[in-house]
This record gives sequence, C-alpha cells and structure tokens, in this order.
Amino acid sequence: MSTLRMFRKKPDDLGFFGKLGFYFLLILGALVSVFPFYWMFVVGTNDKGAVFHVPPLLTVGDQFFDNFKRVLEKADFFQALGNSLFVSSMVTVSVVFFCTLAGYAFAKYEFPFKNALFVFVIATLIVPQQLGVLPTYVIMAKLHWIDSYKALIVPAMVNAFGIFWMRQYIASAVPTELIEAGRIDGGGHFRIFWNIAVPVITPAMATLGILNFMTVWNDFFWPLVVLKNKEHYTIQIALQQLFTTRDGLDYGMIMSATFTATLPLLIVFLLFSRWVIAGLTSGAIKS
Amino acid sequence: MAEPVITSPHAESKRPFLTEQRRSRITAYTFISPFFILFSIFGLYPIFFTFYLSFFKWDALNPMKFVGFKNYDLVTSDPTFWISFSNTLIMGLMGTVPQVMLALLLAVLLHSGMTKFKKTFRILYFMPNITSIVAVTLVFSTLFGNNGMINWMLNGLGLESVAFNSGWWGVKIAISTMVMWRWTGYNAIIFLSGLQSIPMDLYESARIDGANRRQQLFAITLPLLKPFIIFVSLQSTIGALQLFTEPYVFLGQAGTGSTRQEGITMVTYLYSEAFRNGFFGTAAATAVMLFLVTILFSILNMLISRGTGGDTGGKKA
Repeated sequence: MSTLRMFRKKPDDLGFFGKLGFYFLLILGALVSVFPFYWMFVVGTNDKGAVFHVPPLLTVGDQFFDNFKRVLEKADFFQALGNSLFVSSMVTVSVVFFCTLAGYAFAKYEFPFKNALFVFVIATLIVPQQLGVLPTYVIMAKLHWIDSYKALIVPAMVNAFGIFWMRQYIASAVPTELIEAGRIDGGGHFRIFWNIAVPVITPAMATLGILNFMTVWNDFFWPLVVLKNKEHYTIQIALQQLFTTRDGLDYGMIMSATFTATLPLLIVFLLFSRWVIAGLTSGAIKS
Repeated sequence: MAEPVITSPHAESKRPFLTEQRRSRITAYTFISPFFILFSIFGLYPIFFTFYLSFFKWDALNPMKFVGFKNYDLVTSDPTFWISFSNTLIMGLMGTVPQVMLALLLAVLLHSGMTKFKKTFRILYFMPNITSIVAVTLVFSTLFGNNGMINWMLNGLGLESVAFNSGWWGVKIAISTMVMWRWTGYNAIIFLSGLQSIPMDLYESARIDGANRRQQLFAITLPLLKPFIIFVSLQSTIGALQLFTEPYVFLGQAGTGSTRQEGITMVTYLYSEAFRNGFFGTAAATAVMLFLVTILFSILNMLISRGTGGDTGGKKA
C-alpha cells in the first residue's frame, strides 16, 4: 500500500534539492527533540564546570558516579524514587481497574441517562485542575491527609480520560455475543467482566497503565502543594529541591540525578512506544 | 449496541423485584459510580467552593469572614497580578502560535509519501513529551545559562548574549522554548493522525482536475484537518493559561522564590497567594478569574479556528 502511495506521489516530485531540504527539516526536528536527552547525560557525566565550557563540551565523561555521590549527600534520592514508584503504582492499578470497569459499563450496558452521563465524563476533561486546588487542599487538611500519600493517591484513583479510552476500546474489541453466552452459562456480572472481557482488552489496559504511570510520575503541582516533609517527596520535588539548593549550582550533580530519574520512563516509552503514542493522541480522534 | 442481558426466562407468574434488567442496571451504575463519587468530592465540590471562597477572607485556619467583592478589588488593584496576567498571555502566545504552526509543518513533512523511517521519526518527535516538566526545565536552564549553549550559538552568529534567566524578554523566551520543546512533537503526531484520516482519492481527483499542491493544501488538507487544529490549539491555549511548573522551577534557583516579575504567571500568583501568604480568599478570586479567562480564550479560539479555512468549495469529488 505504501509503495502504491509513493508511486502516486511521483507527479509532484520535489527534485533533488527539494528532497534535501525536506530531509534537512525532518532531521533537524529529530535532533532538536533528542539532543536535550543526550545533553543531560553529557553534563551528568562530566565534572562541575563542564556545563558552561566554551565551546560546549559534547562528549560523555566519566564523572557520573562522583556527581551522583553528591546527589546522595544532598537528597534522599532513592527514597524519593521509591516514593514515586509507590504512588504511581498505586494510582495506576486503581485507575486501570476502575476505568476499565466504568468503560465496560458504558460500552456494554444499557441504562437510563447513559449518554448524558458519558458526555458529563468527557466534559470534566476540560475543567482545569488548578481551579479546585484550594478547596481540595482544605479537604485534605480536614482529613489529616496533608503530607501523606493518600492525598496524592485517592483523588487520582479514577479519571475521565481512562473511562473514555477503555469505553472506545471495549465497544469494538469485546463481542456482545461473548457476553451473552456468558450470561446464558449463568455467570454473574462481575465474573463475566473479569473472565470474558478483561482477557480480551489487556492491551488497552496496559496502555492506559503506562500512560497513567507516566502522568503521575511526572506530576509536580499537586505534590508540591501537599507534601511537606523531605522524606515524603516524590522524585520531581526532590529534583526541584536540588536545583534550589544554594552554594552555586552544581549542574553535574543535578543532571546526573535528572538523567537517572528520566531513564526509567524513557526505557518504558521506547519499549512500548507504539501503544503510548496511540494512547496519548487518542483524545484528538474524539473531537 | 445491544444489551448483554436477554429478556429473562423467568416466565413464571410471580415477578421478583430484582428483574434481570434491574439487576443489570444496578450493576452498570455500580461500575461507573467510583468516578462520580470521587469527582463529586475532589472535582465538583471544590469548583463550587472556590467561587464561594472568593467572597471570604480566610487564612485556612481561623473562621471565614464574608467580604463581598473585596478580594476581587484587592487582586485587580495589585500590579503583580496584572504582571502575572500579561506574562501568562505573552508566554502563551509565544509558546503556542509558533508551536502549532511548526507542528503542522512537521506533520505535513512526516505524512508525505517520500518520507522513510516514519515510525522512527514519530518516536523521536514524541520523546520530549514523556519527560517531566521539571527535568525539561532543569536541562534547558543549563542551555539558557549566561554562558550556556544558546548564548554561545548567538555569539557564533555575531549576536549579543541574552540574559535568559533575568531579562524581561529573556525569561519569556526561555520558558516558551521549554513549552514548545515538550509539545511540538506531540501536536505534530496528532496532526499526522488527522492527515492520515483524509482519504487519498480526494487528492487523486483534485489532481485530475488540475489542482496543484498549494490548491490541494488549502482546498482539501486544511479544511479537513480543522477539527484537529481546533483540538490542538484549544488544548495548547488551556495549557498555556495554566503555565506553572516551568517558571516556578526555572526562576526558583535564585532562592528568591518564583514570584519574580519576569516570569510570574497567574497560577504562580495563585499558588503564592494561598500557600506562601495564606490569603485563600484572594487566591480563590484569582482562580475564578483564571477560570473566566480560560473560558473566554476557549471561545475566542473556537471562533478563530472556525473562521479560518472555512472555504470548503472544491469538495466535490
């Protein structure tokens, strides 16, 4: 099919120079996208002064462990990494479960106000998070959840995007006959969901899981508001704290930490890029 | 979309209260209830309470005191608020407009039949978006340092260095660049999926009718891409109005907090009013105004997007 398309395009071929400019732009864009990752690593592996070397230093050095040692002196880096891992995992498990359940109901059940409720779910996507941040903070204070992971986990346990995403997938991927057959065999509603629907839709659940994990892992604003104690910091707050520390900015140290904190997500993304991209761009299809 | 439940075979004379249909409805409501419960507590209630709170003086500890519109007066007579307001708009424009145009260009390039390694390009363009904003800001603060790489490049081009971390425009350019870096590729991929949804035979017949590339672009591509353009610009606008992390982290380094005037945004203002100064009332008033501005710009955005590329003549195949 793609060869056919290329053949079709022939009449307006751009010629050699056109093609050159074309690839130049594409490759330039790719370089700009990738360079900061490489730069992170370059600065993180060279000594303190390397960052402002003239001309810029572009080769990887061997100071990574020295730099990283200074990270550990200044912050509970691994504690923060662990905190982020814990919060992100808890939220992700919960989001995948509840969103799948709700998406399944919206895709395969008939009930009064179904469409209105679904439109409401979609509409909540537009509401900016910051609008409700003050009262949410007050609620957390009343519940004595300030500086606890509950404040990060509980409000995030289910979200509109996940419901939308799972509904779209379940509607097309789970044959209604399969569910009916389950009913005839006398299976309960949850049993059918768990034993018949879930095995068919694990790819969509995995995608939602990865996306959600990344979102929670990267979140900054809400953890900044809620977390007070150093031991509870998530990795993003810990990184930001490294940057705030006075006595001259030690960029080698900061970048070695930033790189270490970014690497896990980068690996996950590169392994599952097709799914992640499909998930993150799916919001546009609806509009 | 058929119901999974077949009309019950309970054809006895006595109908139980819990018919199959009722049971299946209750199940469905149970399945969707977690969202509605959580959203009422942590979404809907806070929104209404924010409006309510904006009419009270409150430090989150002592009893609330009704003050009418005084919070709004206080905020609108505070020069810092207006600086945060104009900063948000300026950086929104600087970050969003070139970003959407660049994304469109990249998408058209990527979509072209002659592009090889499409999948690889897609992955590379998407990489910035998975990085945390904190990491992005930290990396770019090295590039935008006084002796950083960007200034080195400017000097190489015979231009003067720019004070990216303290100048009025410098800070805004640096922050807008961070926003653009993180989102341009993402938007390009969205545009790409829009381009791929346009049927090829439209171009085919246009070409038979003698339309050149330019005409095809304006008569077919842009009009059919409009829903995607609206989505992307709306999302970028809303995102731009909520700008917080980049300026907060980028300007926090000097130890003076992040309320420096070169880069203070509306959300930064809100944050420092509430969580630094303890003025929850004025912070709530700021939140309400931010909300109104968001609605205003969303409508404006829709109107502008609807206006452009409206000519769909030549759609006939």
